[in-house]
Amino acid sequence: MLNIEAISQGSKRALARAITWVENDQPEAAQLMKALHGQTGRAFSVGITGPPGAGKSSLVNWMVKLWRRQGLRVAVIAVDPTSPFTGGAILGDRIRMADLTMDDGVFIRSMGSRGRLGGIAAQTFAVGKLMDAAGYDIVVIETVGVGQSEVEIVEWADATVLVMVPGLGDDIQAIKAGILEIGDVIAVNKADRDGSDKLVAELEMMLSLAGPRDWRPPIVKTEGTTGAGVEQLVAAIADFRGYFQASRLGEERRRGRIRREIVSMVGQRIDRLLEQTVAGLSGWERLVDGCLAGTDDPLSVAERLLVEMGIGRKIRQPDTIDRP
Amino acid sequence: MAKIRVLIAKPGLDGHDRGAKVIARGLRDAGFEVIYTGLRHTPEEIAETALQEDVQVVGLSLLSGAHNTLFPKVVNLLREKGLSDVLVIGGGVIPDDDIPGLKAAGVAAVFTPGTPISEIVGFISSNVKC
Repeated sequence: MLNIEAISQGSKRALARAITWVENDQPEAAQLMKALHGQTGRAFSVGITGPPGAGKSSLVNWMVKLWRRQGLRVAVIAVDPTSPFTGGAILGDRIRMADLTMDDGVFIRSMGSRGRLGGIAAQTFAVGKLMDAAGYDIVVIETVGVGQSEVEIVEWADATVLVMVPGLGDDIQAIKAGILEIGDVIAVNKADRDGSDKLVAELEMMLSLAGPRDWRPPIVKTEGTTGAGVEQLVAAIADFRGYFQASRLGEERRRGRIRREIVSMVGQRIDRLLEQTVAGLSGWERLVDGCLAGTDDPLSVAERLLVEMGIGRKIRQPDTIDRP
Repeated sequence: MAKIRVLIAKPGLDGHDRGAKVIARGLRDAGFEVIYTGLRHTPEEIAETALQEDVQVVGLSLLSGAHNTLFPKVVNLLREKGLSDVLVIGGGVIPDDDIPGLKAAGVAAVFTPGTPISEIVGFISSNVKC
């Protein structure tokens, strides 16, 4: 049963069940997301990303406590990796957030990445919208521990906090492309360890090389064990929020997100159509046989599949697309 | 696609979680999403976590001897929250004599040391509708 009213009135049970529908892409989800869209857009979403073991969950635990002291209601999505082999997952981020469980103004949900490689799950943003509609003021999205290029979070969160730790590499790492290019606020966690001042200096240098910008990401030293620096981190996020709302950035990011939301929904449906088409094909293995033997080729098979899906003729070859 | 979600929790005060971790890993390999919350949780925390995570199964691991008190308490709190359809299973050093009482209190199955993980996976798969 769809219980939109219960969700907007803050029933955690209704929200939890709705999240399951959305995660599983169950039929109820589509109806729910359409009905709830009008109630979204009030929450501020904060992505937390960084390498595995950087202390993301511990920092989130401290940050949520500070936001709670400011009277804000906070929802957390904690994403951990799904096994590409079995589809199973161990979702362990709650271990570091145990003391938030009984807080009435906090809702935490663990998600498996379920095959997505950008550091979040396909439905993470939709789950964030549900939390927004349920009246949470802040929606925290903690990504899986990322390597060098899983930067999808920047496309889906209002603000991104990059958590770095000393001792992961030399200064060449700091000028590489990818993860270090993101982050509206940078936290250097485990700041009690050797090398944290050096890391701050390297990150400052990297930011200087990027040239003058309207918003220069502040670097905040934090300690996940004691909570030191977390107050400054939360203040830096609030500063960014002020800039986000006052400048064009806020509207730009949110418009971009809606575009991506629409495109990704179309993409998901095409993926499903492809799966169904392949599953309904009687001669799938024979087509593979043909490619193996060299009498057929994968591209020709792909084109025939597109025709089978009913969209083959609609896709123009790149060289026929009109250039503006 | 629907996935079986399992909460593996340790109620009470014992600090031994190797068994819980082995089970969590085994269930992961069976394709389940396993939420593991670490040591020392109250029954209230476990029930609230089960609600927020919308799990179909709660697995309780306990080696302190307090199972006769804590397992039924979790079952009752889940019922109070309207989660009576959640399958509650238990594991740990639990005397055979205590098992009928736990089952009467609403624990669906108790798995004692030496149980193959495949047996637990089989029990969950055949008792959870996905």
